[in-house]
Amino acid sequence: MTAQLPALQVAIPLACAPLCVLFRVRFVPWLLFVVAAVGSLVCAALLAGRVASEGTVRYAMGDWRAPAGIEFVVSAFNTPVLLLVSLAATVTAGYARRSVAAEIEPRRRRLLYACLCLTLAGLLGLAVTGDVFNAFVFLEISSLATYTMIAMGQHRRALLAAFRYVVIGTVGAVFVLIGIGLAYAVTGTLNMADLAERLAEGHDNRALQAAVVFVFVGLAVKMAVFPLHAWLPGAYAEAPSVVSTFIAATGTKVAVYVFCRFAFTVFGAALVFGVLRIDRIGLALAALAMLVGSAAACFQQDLRYLLAWSSVAQIGYILAGVSLATASGVSAAYLHLINHAVTKAALFAAAGLLVMQLGSVRLSALAGLGRRMPWTFAAIVVAGLGLVGVPPTAGFVSKWALVTALVERGMWPVLVAMLASSLLALVYVGRIIEVVWFREPPASAELEPTQSPATPASMVAAIWFLVLLTVYFGIDPTFPGGLADAAASALLGSGGE
Amino acid sequence: MSDVLLNPGLVLIVGAAGLPLLRGRAQQLYLLALPLLALALLVRLSFGERGRLSLFGLELVTIRLDALSFVFALAFLIAAVLAVIYSWHLRDATQHVSAVIYAGAATAALLAGDLITLFVFWELTAVASAVLIWARRSQASYRAGLRYLLIQALSGVLLLGGAVLQHSVEGHIRFELMALDNPAGWFVLLAFGIKGAFPFLHNWLQDSYPEATPTGTVWLSVYTTKLAVYALARGFAGTELLVWVGVAMTLFPVFYAVIENDLRRVLSYSLNNQIGFMIAGVGVGTELAINGAAAHAFAHIIYKALLFMAMGAVLHRVGTIKASELGGLHKSMPWTARFCIVGSASISAVPLLSGFVTKSMILAAVAEDGRWVAFALLLIASAGVVDHSGIKIPFFSFFAHDSGLRCREAPAGMLLAMGLAAALCIGIGLYPQPLYDLLPYAVEYVPYTASHVITQAQLVLFAAAAFSFLYRRGLYPPEIRSVNLDADVVYRRALPYGWHTASRAVERLRLTAGPPLRRRAASTWVATTGPLRPNGRLGTAWSTHLMVWCIVLLLGALILLTVR
Repeated sequence: MTAQLPALQVAIPLACAPLCVLFRVRFVPWLLFVVAAVGSLVCAALLAGRVASEGTVRYAMGDWRAPAGIEFVVSAFNTPVLLLVSLAATVTAGYARRSVAAEIEPRRRRLLYACLCLTLAGLLGLAVTGDVFNAFVFLEISSLATYTMIAMGQHRRALLAAFRYVVIGTVGAVFVLIGIGLAYAVTGTLNMADLAERLAEGHDNRALQAAVVFVFVGLAVKMAVFPLHAWLPGAYAEAPSVVSTFIAATGTKVAVYVFCRFAFTVFGAALVFGVLRIDRIGLALAALAMLVGSAAACFQQDLRYLLAWSSVAQIGYILAGVSLATASGVSAAYLHLINHAVTKAALFAAAGLLVMQLGSVRLSALAGLGRRMPWTFAAIVVAGLGLVGVPPTAGFVSKWALVTALVERGMWPVLVAMLASSLLALVYVGRIIEVVWFREPPASAELEPTQSPATPASMVAAIWFLVLLTVYFGIDPTFPGGLADAAASALLGSGGE
Repeated sequence: MSDVLLNPGLVLIVGAAGLPLLRGRAQQLYLLALPLLALALLVRLSFGERGRLSLFGLELVTIRLDALSFVFALAFLIAAVLAVIYSWHLRDATQHVSAVIYAGAATAALLAGDLITLFVFWELTAVASAVLIWARRSQASYRAGLRYLLIQALSGVLLLGGAVLQHSVEGHIRFELMALDNPAGWFVLLAFGIKGAFPFLHNWLQDSYPEATPTGTVWLSVYTTKLAVYALARGFAGTELLVWVGVAMTLFPVFYAVIENDLRRVLSYSLNNQIGFMIAGVGVGTELAINGAAAHAFAHIIYKALLFMAMGAVLHRVGTIKASELGGLHKSMPWTARFCIVGSASISAVPLLSGFVTKSMILAAVAEDGRWVAFALLLIASAGVVDHSGIKIPFFSFFAHDSGLRCREAPAGMLLAMGLAAALCIGIGLYPQPLYDLLPYAVEYVPYTASHVITQAQLVLFAAAAFSFLYRRGLYPPEIRSVNLDADVVYRRALPYGWHTASRAVERLRLTAGPPLRRRAASTWVATTGPLRPNGRLGTAWSTHLMVWCIVLLLGALILLTVR
């Protein structure tokens, strides 16, 4: 049984997806999603344990040996991603029951759960696969399911946001496919380890260089790197709360992982950062993303749009770490990836609770509510300080790691951009605090103080679990730090693995 | 590891979390118990380093108690007790929580033995204190608070940058005497300079303190700047530059304080000026000078808090603190007036009060070091202090023309706190030896010598005479900016005249060039931030057309730039 774990990791959520549609009983689809999430979390934990004790685990699908067959590879570089995605799914599952009940009409609920299972399967598959074409397939599975879920948002704007994401996301996926096709044409293999072996030389092949560019531009769309970020604010802000909580924690993060996987273990750092110098462009775009994302977040009038723009900036931090291509940089990127996923999930979950109770999260509608809903807003503030990077939250730890990595390479302009972006983050978080605690509530709010429905304990528990996790990771970063260091050395250490 | 919890600052920070759970009298008593508990813990703690932690390879020393940090921590906690008593009447858990966290963070920062711990609490003081400004809940205070927070956060960022640099250059993050021959030292000095309100870095102080709540300003006046003085004394004692920075700080606020109408802003300027004395002392760096700076900080925390308390009481009862609208309040608030006069006399360094026994140490240290120019300038500034803080504050609020305002005396808690502070001012002035015994260096110093007393008495009397002369002649209404009344009128006519012309020119320039500049600035702001707004070019939802163009252009650019 344990030998099949890599397959089960993906198979469990994938199998749950059609079952969700088949069962018409009210709570069964939710239960199936819980099974999928918890099942994948168990698999991920067991696999992480095995990787820690035995090293890389390779699994041949259907017993077809690589390079002919499809291979799943679990190693130190993807266990953090597997753990993160399945943990996010588990917390989302706890949060989902009441949130979905409040936001989605009954006949669509099972479809939503089916799509959640599919997205989970796609993201996990993307993380675990060792085959480039298979990676494209999982990328499409997760993306298509995500488009569908975004379109289920409460407002008609959600349809438009989903449509725009479909167009740009498909163009990105096609670019990835073109890149993979070019690489296949040059080498004649699709297995990642095999590709890396055959690409160790011949770096001046034009077709190969174009393949690298196509793959990275395509992935940049999925990562929402500035200026390809434009789909993100609408998609995150208009999606149903449970969806934005889940994809804010996982979607772009898995794309970052795939970026690292391609850069370090498929094409090889020598080609990507040595010959093509992608790192310089990556750092420049990262610095721009930090500045523009945070600055735009300062001017948003809607809490969820504000959070989404802040995600654009945070992706910049992660990309900067990856682009440094040093052990400390990649480790810092992984650490920030984990910490930011937890923080942002907490914030979107809290925003979803507010949507449920107030109907809107425009900042003007939140005026003076700090006293009425102290716990929810306390969660938002603690997680918000995590975005700024105030100790003792997790954001501080990963920013410190990133600052150290930047200083090590002497990247002063990026460092300045990062510090400026942190100051801007202070502005937008300060705005939330000011509105919520120091503004007078609007006159109409006083007329209906009792109308807001009772706060569901399951949602509050999910939010506070994430918030306390950010604080815990801030005080004792050994666990995520250890994962990140192991991932960085696995990526940089052994080119082909 | 577990001795991390022995930190008196941490007691306050952690204890503050319990405040919202209590109500009414229980909350008040708990609030008072917190600083008393921290004080007891501090006094019982032996000197030395403890609370070591290791965080990703960095060795943190969270508690370093020695004579220098002890005297500051003691003053901080005594001030916390006074401020808690002063805010006894207040029913606002937000303010109580943030004030206690602020005091705790400042105390913990004093005890930090390394730059990272210092940074953590440095930032926490910034965040917690900003809430005290916002708690006034007005648009002006929101904006002032945000500006304040940004500048304080910038200081933290610089400190963090300095820490990273020091770690990469010297391989350790201990907070010890730093040199200015590497960039790390400059980063850290700039960070301290912002918190310490160095000239040109000082505007946040006068901008934000008068906008805080009546009780909030009392807390603010105690911690942020004195934390910077401590940090400078620890990290940059004997840095020549600081002597002149300190002298400049003592001089320029004097002129602003004289022409300012908002009395809490006058006090903010005078706070800036007093910090200057301490920084000059730190810059001289001899044992006597460091002792003087520490002692002056101790005395200053008490009497400056007392003055802000008195003005806060007036604001609390009357609702305004404009010199032009006050006057004659000694009839309604006799006790507040008396305590305020004690505070004013202390800050003016009248013999037998606390300011005298501490400030004369700094002046003596400067003189002993043979710095006669600096000495003369500090003396001039001292006379200025007498004028604006010693006379202007009590005179315009409690005496002068009777404004006809009648109100009740300040609440009992406020009176008790002011009384205790006034008693401390008098006690230290009469019997300074216990304070001297606490100081970092064992130095024999006798404040009450004939020459000290006579110099200071002359200074005070001349400044008072000048004030009354000009006031009688109608040259000193608070609204008119043209008179620069200082003791230097007596013996240096040229400087005020030059200042007078310069300030008039500045004033004219402000009136003529100001509005167009402001309009230009506003339109530039709108033009630059426009694209970022939700409906602007960048912030709006992009069309698919534009997005696809973006990806195509990026692809083209990447191919052109990278493929060779």
